[in-house]
Amino acid sequence: MHIGDYRVTYASDEAVFVNATSRFWLGILFIFLLTFPFLAGDYLLFMANVTGITIIGAVGLNILTGFAGQISLGHAAFIGVGGYTAAIFSSRFDIPFLLCLLLSGIMAALFGIIVGGPSLRLKGLYLGIATLAAQLILEFVFVHWESVTGGIRGINLPTPKVFGIALDNDFKFYFVILTLVILCVTAARNLFRTRVGRAFIAIRDRDISAELMGINLLQYKTYAFAISSFMAGVAGCLYVNFLKTVTPEYFPLLESVRYLAMIIVGGLGSILGAIFGAIFMTFVPEMIKSLLGLLGAIFPTAMSFLFPFQQVIFGLLIVGFLVFEPHGLAEIWYRIKNYFRLWPFEH
Amino acid sequence: MSILSIEDVSLSFGGLEVLSDVSFSVEPGEIFAIIGPNGAGKTSILNVISGFYRPTKGSVAFNNKNMDRLSADKRAALGLGRTFQNIALYHGMSVLDNIKLGAHSLLNTGLFSALFYWGAAHKEEIRLRKEIEEEVIDFLEIESIRKKPVGSLAYGLQKRVELARALAMRPKILLMDEPVAGMNAEETEDMARFILDIKEEHNTTIVLIEHDMKMIMDISDRVLVLNFGHTLACGTPLEVQKHPRVIEAYLGQKKG
Amino acid sequence: MDIFLQLIVSGFLVGGIYALIALGFVLIYKATNIINFATGEFMMIGAYIFYSLSVYLKLSPFIGIPLVIVAAALLGALVERLILRHMLGQPNISIIMVTIGLSSILLGIAEIIWGSSFRSFPALFPRKAIIIGEIVLRSNLFYGFVTAMVVVVVFLLVFKYAKVGVAMRATANDQIAAFSMGINVKSMFTISWAFGAIAASLGGIIIGNIGGVQPTLGHIGLKIFPIVILGGLDSIMGAVIGGLLVGILENLAGGYLDPYFHGGVKDLAPFVVLIIILLIKPYGLFGTKEIERL
Repeated sequence: MHIGDYRVTYASDEAVFVNATSRFWLGILFIFLLTFPFLAGDYLLFMANVTGITIIGAVGLNILTGFAGQISLGHAAFIGVGGYTAAIFSSRFDIPFLLCLLLSGIMAALFGIIVGGPSLRLKGLYLGIATLAAQLILEFVFVHWESVTGGIRGINLPTPKVFGIALDNDFKFYFVILTLVILCVTAARNLFRTRVGRAFIAIRDRDISAELMGINLLQYKTYAFAISSFMAGVAGCLYVNFLKTVTPEYFPLLESVRYLAMIIVGGLGSILGAIFGAIFMTFVPEMIKSLLGLLGAIFPTAMSFLFPFQQVIFGLLIVGFLVFEPHGLAEIWYRIKNYFRLWPFEH
Repeated sequence: MSILSIEDVSLSFGGLEVLSDVSFSVEPGEIFAIIGPNGAGKTSILNVISGFYRPTKGSVAFNNKNMDRLSADKRAALGLGRTFQNIALYHGMSVLDNIKLGAHSLLNTGLFSALFYWGAAHKEEIRLRKEIEEEVIDFLEIESIRKKPVGSLAYGLQKRVELARALAMRPKILLMDEPVAGMNAEETEDMARFILDIKEEHNTTIVLIEHDMKMIMDISDRVLVLNFGHTLACGTPLEVQKHPRVIEAYLGQKKG
Repeated sequence: MDIFLQLIVSGFLVGGIYALIALGFVLIYKATNIINFATGEFMMIGAYIFYSLSVYLKLSPFIGIPLVIVAAALLGALVERLILRHMLGQPNISIIMVTIGLSSILLGIAEIIWGSSFRSFPALFPRKAIIIGEIVLRSNLFYGFVTAMVVVVVFLLVFKYAKVGVAMRATANDQIAAFSMGINVKSMFTISWAFGAIAASLGGIIIGNIGGVQPTLGHIGLKIFPIVILGGLDSIMGAVIGGLLVGILENLAGGYLDPYFHGGVKDLAPFVVLIIILLIKPYGLFGTKEIERL
């Protein structure tokens, strides 16, 4: 039983895992994640892989938008830059997968810096509008620069290999994705233990006084864009390798909006929130689909309403969370955890 | 030798002149107060020193080094600490993180070491925590609130946390904008004591803006009086109190 | 040369209609500082309601249009009361996202009610093309432009002279001062949402009359952003000038560049210009930089 939490040195208070209980539960989670692919069926495995990739993208966006306060309506386009980089390098130049992963991240980060560079001067909604324009311009490039991107037909990718093992099924892919999710989440958590993460939050909360506290706004806003779009690029590379093809349809404005919805539903400015949001927003549309499938037995036309129903629920989730639970699923999770932390002796 | 000298600074927004030809210098280790009625340009002069506003004319030098071309963050790194009139704490962070943020310029962790948080970055955080605990949190007696979110604190405590953040910058000059505004007598006394302690223990130079005349006269070494962006007087508290133009500005002209 | 003139004139006419839709955005932004991403969907819903009234209920436009105005005003007011009122004081990102969520809800509802297929309107205007010199103009476009401009002028007059317009301007200028002068600031928010929805849905009827209506009609709403960056986020005249400029710009870009890129330049060009403007002037062409205080 856990009755209290005492730390006697500053070092233990600054430690990565603050107490035995959290280490224990993280261990349990890790074991579950490792055994999951052996137990799950094809569908769940596929969904887990998609979710993992989405988590990387959502964590990236939450660093930029949730923590550093820089609105981006172009996240899907950065994921797209990563995806196309991976597709072009692997299909044309036979660059190995792991190197592609790095190159995709770097390329997306470069684009992020180019778009984010002016963000020092652009505030709030003006930045939102500028990133919207960047999204639309990149979409146009994906479709129309046919000699490089393959136009609307896109590019097919060869089967990726990691250390000589061909990732030719979802089972093998799972472990690659899991490793990268753990790396990205850990890196993001680390960021907010140091001055870099603190500077991000300071810029979000009050950017003017942040500068007077010694923070170089241009430098740190650029950092935020670079890290965020690097993760987007990694997610993009994983996504197109996982699906073995890339087309412009994967990265529309709606996808950028979906990522924003994830971090809002999950919790702005929370790594855990990004994870929750990614899981939630990946599974909810699937749940609507199966619900309508069930209804199809009674109303034969139910399935034809799938897309509009998903639209309505998607919108309701965004509006509902913002109005009633602005800190998202992460906040709900902390409330539940705090309730049980000292249970049954909370007083 | 002055630690801070302001020469002929003028500042205007559009057609509105906020400061005109303001000059003064601050000696190392003194408490220098700037007073004047609302709209006299007190906060503007602090903002010019901090580098947040660019003066239309004139220059600011720190330790005889011209700072006109330095951005606000570089000036902070040189040792200009600052507190604000309307508390500018970061509500998304705990008290401790707010204070740690003050030490930003003193730390070295770069982007990559932050992402990996191995070795140097981790050690730096632990060292920082120890320094802050021993030199700032202890000193300002805020141990009990270090883990609280700043938004939940009472006004007086928020002011104290803001001072803590400024101290974590290890400032050579501490610029304080109305440190006791809105405080009760006891809180004001505490704050005055802290300011004197900071001056004595760290030999920090302090430039402060205040409306509380009693405190100004008690703790400051010299006082500058501003009115509508012009310098009215500058001198010891006693000299300033007796200065005819100050009396005129504060009490109005005798009719007769 | 005559192609150039043709492109400019028809772009100008389309731009006038954009101006009306942008007005629907500006009216809301001016009073409430809210960026409404659902303006395009307000427009689409307005077009659908008008379509239903005139096709299913066979109502004449003279009854249909006032009914659309009432419905749009209700929709706008309802949205403000039910959703935006809870968002006062929230960060920009949350407010932007709430209107994006709203646009998604409206899009979904429209598709559930009216389906995803394309519907064309019964004729509102005389069908005969307008010919000025060598320029041939589609009658729907020409009359649509005229109608849009009339509506814009009516809005301008209301803003300038009517009591409610003056109160709205006062609120936009200084909420606290307006409040202390006895203006009910909250009801001004509701009214500006209603006005914004009316302007957008009238624009929707005009656009629908030119090219028919389907749920994705609201995507035209994206054009508002280059318009307001060109014209200023909070200026009615700015919306008109920005609308006209964007109409001409996209027509020229489409006419001359689309053949080289297999289409798409028309919709993109305003955004390229937008980026260039923001790089040079971060607060838009006519936006004012706020003096920041500490």
